[in-house]
Amino acid sequence: MKLRMAMWQRLIIGICLPVALGSEATAYKAYVSNEKSNTISVIDTGERKVVGTIKVGQRPRGIAITKDQKYVLVAVGDDDTIQMIDTASNKVVDTLPSGPDPELFTDDPSGRLLYVANENDNTVTIIDIERRARLGDVEVGVEPEGMGLSPDGKILVNTSETTNMAHFIDTDTRQIVANVLVDSRPRFALFKDDGSELWVSSEIGGTVSVIDPLKRVVKSKINFAVPGMRQEAIQPVGIAMTHDGKTGFVALGPANRIAVIDGATHQVQKFLLVGQRVWHMALTPDEKYLLTTNGVSNDVSVIDVAALKVVDTIQVGELPWGVAISQR
Amino acid sequence: MIREQTSRQALIRAGLTGALVWLLAAPLAKAQPITIKIGYVGRAEKKTTISLLDYPPDNDGVAGARLALEDNNTTGKFLNQRFLLEEARVKEGTDPTDIVLQLAGRGISFVILDLPADMLLKAAEAGRGRGLVFFNAGAIDDRLREEDCRADVIHVAPTRSMLADGLAQYLVFKRWLRWLLVVGSHEADRLFAAALRRAAGRFGARIVEQRVFEDTGGARRTDSGLVQIQRQIPLFTQGAPAYDVLVAADESEVFATYLPYRTRDARPVAGSAGLIPKSWDAAHDQWGANQLQNRFMQLFSRRMTALDMQAWSAARMIGEAAARAASGDAQTMLAYLKGPEFALAAFKGQKLTLRDWNLQLRQPILLADGRTIVSVSPQEGFLHQFSELDTLGIDRPETKCRLK
Repeated sequence: MKLRMAMWQRLIIGICLPVALGSEATAYKAYVSNEKSNTISVIDTGERKVVGTIKVGQRPRGIAITKDQKYVLVAVGDDDTIQMIDTASNKVVDTLPSGPDPELFTDDPSGRLLYVANENDNTVTIIDIERRARLGDVEVGVEPEGMGLSPDGKILVNTSETTNMAHFIDTDTRQIVANVLVDSRPRFALFKDDGSELWVSSEIGGTVSVIDPLKRVVKSKINFAVPGMRQEAIQPVGIAMTHDGKTGFVALGPANRIAVIDGATHQVQKFLLVGQRVWHMALTPDEKYLLTTNGVSNDVSVIDVAALKVVDTIQVGELPWGVAISQR
Repeated sequence: MIREQTSRQALIRAGLTGALVWLLAAPLAKAQPITIKIGYVGRAEKKTTISLLDYPPDNDGVAGARLALEDNNTTGKFLNQRFLLEEARVKEGTDPTDIVLQLAGRGISFVILDLPADMLLKAAEAGRGRGLVFFNAGAIDDRLREEDCRADVIHVAPTRSMLADGLAQYLVFKRWLRWLLVVGSHEADRLFAAALRRAAGRFGARIVEQRVFEDTGGARRTDSGLVQIQRQIPLFTQGAPAYDVLVAADESEVFATYLPYRTRDARPVAGSAGLIPKSWDAAHDQWGANQLQNRFMQLFSRRMTALDMQAWSAARMIGEAAARAASGDAQTMLAYLKGPEFALAAFKGQKLTLRDWNLQLRQPILLADGRTIVSVSPQEGFLHQFSELDTLGIDRPETKCRLK
């Protein structure tokens, strides 16, 4: 019954304006990659329940939905490819030609190109999604991982885990134009929507570097001091940010917490206790909820963004890693 | 006039941009790269092992340093830094002074050493006053970090006491509290046994009996084969008080590898065989380690040993220091390594830092059974007021080290 309601609501959204819905939460589909199970758990964010499980290749990690919402893309690192899941049928229908061991990727504003970090061969691969064709590679540092694209699509930032840099790549010339040293093992890169800041998390360094994308310098560093927790356990990985850039969220790995950051002052406002070994996050498109993947406790925490409270926990597959949420 | 002004502005702009580029994006600069020369001094002899699988490869250790050089040079490409490695081998019992002086004469200021303790001290002494910085990649002797510690030697290899503590914590977690300790008859075996006894005392295990396995000499491999061993080991292990686990101290590889499946009683073996504490293992794939394992395999067509990893870590520390301090000057880089900012990412699930009181690299200890990593110490629940990694080995309050 509840499911039907949700579908009915989605139908309304399709026809009318969302405003007509009032305060009732809209349901989206969240796709969670389970690194160990080799599956994707499909969550209905309205019901907060797993409504489907999709079998994928070996070691699924990085996950995203294409701009047209037709496909879920998932990097299956041990199969050296990216699989395309049809969102209508929930079935793997095709693959994209990444390099060896793809992990994280990002698409350009047009939704045509995909930039993929291949952990195993120090390159970033550029893929034409429509043609399923590899357009070229950019040589970067050792163990490329994090991928962030400036909102105008002109600058791609890749982080390399052993080189400890954010590489700025001009997407027109596909050349590296700058390198910014950050703390050890940088894993994730995210631009603010207005392009004013780039945040890079350093898992081993235990910090988030806030980079000025124009000057290409670290303008401030966010440190995390969780009371009673030893410093080594604080390992920032995933980052999420509200569209207005006012609130950032950083997943602290084995510290089992999400740090809530003031986007303007870069001060930690709050730590939210989630499941064990939290990796990545995604906001629902209405920004009411934040879903986190908790690698060791095999679950997803649901955070009420307005209240800054964990309101639910959803069991998923084994060792959940990445999460992507549909726009509708 | 307008043109002149414009061109002057353009000049200033260009100057500023140039400064920025120079400051921030060294690869674009055309300046002469900073060259950092690293020496590697290893042992000429190879250890004899019981298992063919454990027989050390010719480039054991230095291969790790070579991979780190590739990693450093990939980073260096973006920072206008270049790393070079020179290798030398010395025979056991010889004086390494000349080798060190030769390396210093060729502009090398960082030397990775895989040498026995006494030779290591001689090598370091040869470098005194020459601004050399040494990295101990091979010697696990606690005394090098204690009474014989030096301000110019950084220890990347774990100590015997760190290895023993890492193992003991796991055995205690398993509640295998009664140990039958079997010790070889060589000095290194006795030192490892002492570390194991200390570990048992610290973490609440009990040594029910200690036996010595005399090395009577002889070859590790014979045409007559294993017939005698199958009879000898049960005899040797019979009549012991009740015990949970047999812990072997046999760094000399005389007997421990023969213990599993051959003991009188059905008991697990740990220490120098069975469950072995080590800094690295070919089976380790957690925390991104399989990326390093893959890079190593691609380059050398073999698996990465603990010594390879220790040398990799040493050379990566040099790379980190050069990148972070933006310098190739040995003393500037040493100051960075000794400072609070230094942290090494080495695929162990947490950052590795230096103990400032004796320059020992803090590190988790892997417990390997030859096929998989069974566990990684420190174990949960072994707490420490500063760093849980300091539950492994000799801690600050107990140290005999006075750095000079």
